[in-house]
Amino acid sequence: MNQAHVDFVLRIADDSLILGHRLSEWCGHGPVLEEDIAMTNIALDLIGQATSLLNHAASLQGEGRTGDDLAFLRFDREYRNLLLVEQPNGDFGMTMMRQFLFDAYRTILFERLQSSSDEMIAAIAEKSLKETKYHLKHSSEWVIRLGDGTEESHARIQESLNTLWRYANELFYTDAVDDEMRNAGILPDLSDLRQQWENTVNHVFQEATLTIPANNWKQEGGRKGMHSEYLGYILAEMQYMQRAYPNMEW
Amino acid sequence: MSIKEWPLWEVFIRSKQGLNHKHVGSLRAADAEMALENARDVYTRRSEGISIWVVESNNVFASDPSESQEFFEPADSKIYRHPTFYDVPDGISHM
Repeated sequence: MNQAHVDFVLRIADDSLILGHRLSEWCGHGPVLEEDIAMTNIALDLIGQATSLLNHAASLQGEGRTGDDLAFLRFDREYRNLLLVEQPNGDFGMTMMRQFLFDAYRTILFERLQSSSDEMIAAIAEKSLKETKYHLKHSSEWVIRLGDGTEESHARIQESLNTLWRYANELFYTDAVDDEMRNAGILPDLSDLRQQWENTVNHVFQEATLTIPANNWKQEGGRKGMHSEYLGYILAEMQYMQRAYPNMEW
Repeated sequence: MSIKEWPLWEVFIRSKQGLNHKHVGSLRAADAEMALENARDVYTRRSEGISIWVVESNNVFASDPSESQEFFEPADSKIYRHPTFYDVPDGISHM
């Protein structure tokens, strides 16, 4: 087993799993019926990606575990997702801003991962890219609509940006895992990831008349398993059934 | 949530190449782009279509049910408008 390879897949998988779970919390609570269905669709796309990726991580581990085991039976410190995706939904604008910052990053990542030397990752990236491109279209249009909307919608989504901006820097976190994956050809060159991401983000914020906050405080840790206080609550809800009734299926 | 609702849109979907767009239902959206995306999410989740039209319901000019007598009934007595008075020659199948 190559630990770096497993960690690398878990990072991508856990982003999908935790954001998918967060979005699913909107199910039945959307601001309008149409948007409720849209967010649930996106949540299901993300859970689908997580399923493929976690199954892949489990087979790389080769310890007889399944993707379900990884989703439902790990402890919080073993999750590798970004702090951004575990942040609470807040109001609808907060959810769309979180989604937008993530989608802009994810689109570039999946575009590049299509040429990964790990054929399973390349195949998952190709399938997921089609979904993610739509997610980005959806979230960026909402950011523009709310930012360039009424006085209240503008103020509230600017506030969301101010709150979430500190987590954006972690999108570009790299360490020895990334170096090893790059050397193995599993992770294609991403040296211009930040530049590409900023192009998208700046363009949308300009149309949305939003301002990137001057506060430069950056929060990270998720990639190493150091999470905010929110992840424990997410896992408590997500894992309750499997912990209380081990091996149950439904 | 504001009490004022977004405009209503009618949704038409082409299920596959060569078929016509069919009315499938309606939804609410603030603008045409949003209406298209909502239609995609609400009406094509199970691969129902390859093309979507949305039209703001305000733009549909409909016939008046109270005029249905003069509007539609005159056609009922003109059975000769149906091509049912021709003998189909032997040897022609699939008619």
